[in-house]
Amino acid sequence: MQDPSTGPLANQATSSFTEHLQRSRPELLPFNQLLPAGTVPSSPHATTIVALTYAGGVLMAGDRRATMGNVIASRHIEKVFPADEYSVLGIAGTAGLAIDITRLFQVELEHYEKIEGTLLSLVGKANRLGAMIRGNLPMAMQGMAVIPLFAGFDHSSGIGRLFSYDVTGGRYEEQEHHSVGSGSVFARGALKKLWKPNLSEEAAVAVAVEALYDAADDDSATGGPDPVRQLWPVVYTVNRAGHRRVPERDLAAIAGAIVESRAIAGREA
Amino acid sequence: MTQQFYVSPEQLMKDRADFARKGIARGRSVVVISCADGIALIAENPSPSLHKIGEIYDKIAFAAVGKYNEFESLRQAGVRYADVRGYSYDREDVTARGLASVYAQSLGAVFTAEQKPFEVELAVAEVGATREQDHLYRLTFDGSIADENGFVVMGGLADQISDVVSGGWEPEITLAGAMRLALRALATDKEPDELPATAVEAAMLYRASESHRGSRRAFRRLLPEDMTRMLTEET
Repeated sequence: MQDPSTGPLANQATSSFTEHLQRSRPELLPFNQLLPAGTVPSSPHATTIVALTYAGGVLMAGDRRATMGNVIASRHIEKVFPADEYSVLGIAGTAGLAIDITRLFQVELEHYEKIEGTLLSLVGKANRLGAMIRGNLPMAMQGMAVIPLFAGFDHSSGIGRLFSYDVTGGRYEEQEHHSVGSGSVFARGALKKLWKPNLSEEAAVAVAVEALYDAADDDSATGGPDPVRQLWPVVYTVNRAGHRRVPERDLAAIAGAIVESRAIAGREA
Repeated sequence: MTQQFYVSPEQLMKDRADFARKGIARGRSVVVISCADGIALIAENPSPSLHKIGEIYDKIAFAAVGKYNEFESLRQAGVRYADVRGYSYDREDVTARGLASVYAQSLGAVFTAEQKPFEVELAVAEVGATREQDHLYRLTFDGSIADENGFVVMGGLADQISDVVSGGWEPEITLAGAMRLALRALATDKEPDELPATAVEAAMLYRASESHRGSRRAFRRLLPEDMTRMLTEET
């Protein structure tokens, strides 16, 4: 498409919203800024995201806490978003940048869909996200890294798939489950014990909430279920029918059951 | 040395307009109807992949007649305009009025300054919370813009088709009713069974898509089977 022999018009044409912004309005991109010398002031960070596959789909959950140093910056932040009808992404790292990159990624997918009249393949979406994270590398070098987790339903193979990234935009397909953010080491330990092949959707939601509970137990930057404010993790499931946000009511019941079972067990760790 | 002939501006514009009108008149027609459930867009179009109707943004759709390459480039430019605007401000700041005026300016500039005017006619539709809040804009090849009430008919037999649509249109018409009316109108110059559901392209901008369909995006393309079901529905 970028072949110069195709003439000026075809040369201008791109199905990528990011490329279009790069050419016509580069100042609107979340990355691409020239940073002045000096230290970056502290900014809110979003932390733990977990994702796992279940029978017929994939699920992603994130806690609600953002921290700035040792202070809780927000108890209400959302870190898991629908990217389009059939995919979701979660973000850990510098919250402001991550939310902007998420917004750009959502427009990127919708823009492609409208221009081309067809959906991008799941791996195509995952690669576009990788390119955006690579675009953010200069900011990451200044300490403002954004690490996403991407999950979606792959219509060509009929399964839910899961992709993790590194700060250079490297994309890695994960099997079964994965977690990112500062509480991810604890969440991953929990996922290893709780995850089983062919989980039902309800069981998978419970596993994700319990893994976040374990992360919040040991990581001060991850928030646990908050019955005082009635705050529960944000959980999205994706299957053949598209994405769905798990209702607060269900999450309250699941979180309540976990807290109760732990209280009955009465164990220290 | 060759002498440059003098052509008066009036004559020049008239020739250009005649040229564009002829190009548009060769094409098949499109009908856009505002109805109780939203806005229905129906085009006579045997191709399943080269669309005359497209989604621009959450509540905004586009319909065109004329030269495919010309209106396709306008459609893509409209999607880019809307996406940049929605990304830099907010999704609700993208309006059909803004888009229509951008189209009017580019069509007007091409009509006066380029080698050849665009042989296209466009409709920009925005669905509102109630039928009174719907917006239908019609744009012609010279950049003229008109705010239509109820329905827009464009293309080859626009006058004939428009007569049929205006005869059957009423503010409370349902989606199925609007589709039947549009098909009847598009088939005016044909035998009644010459326009099957596979020969038309249809799409819909659903009113209150957030509560009914769980999405801000109101645009849905209707498949031939949806059309067939809708047309056989009880009135």
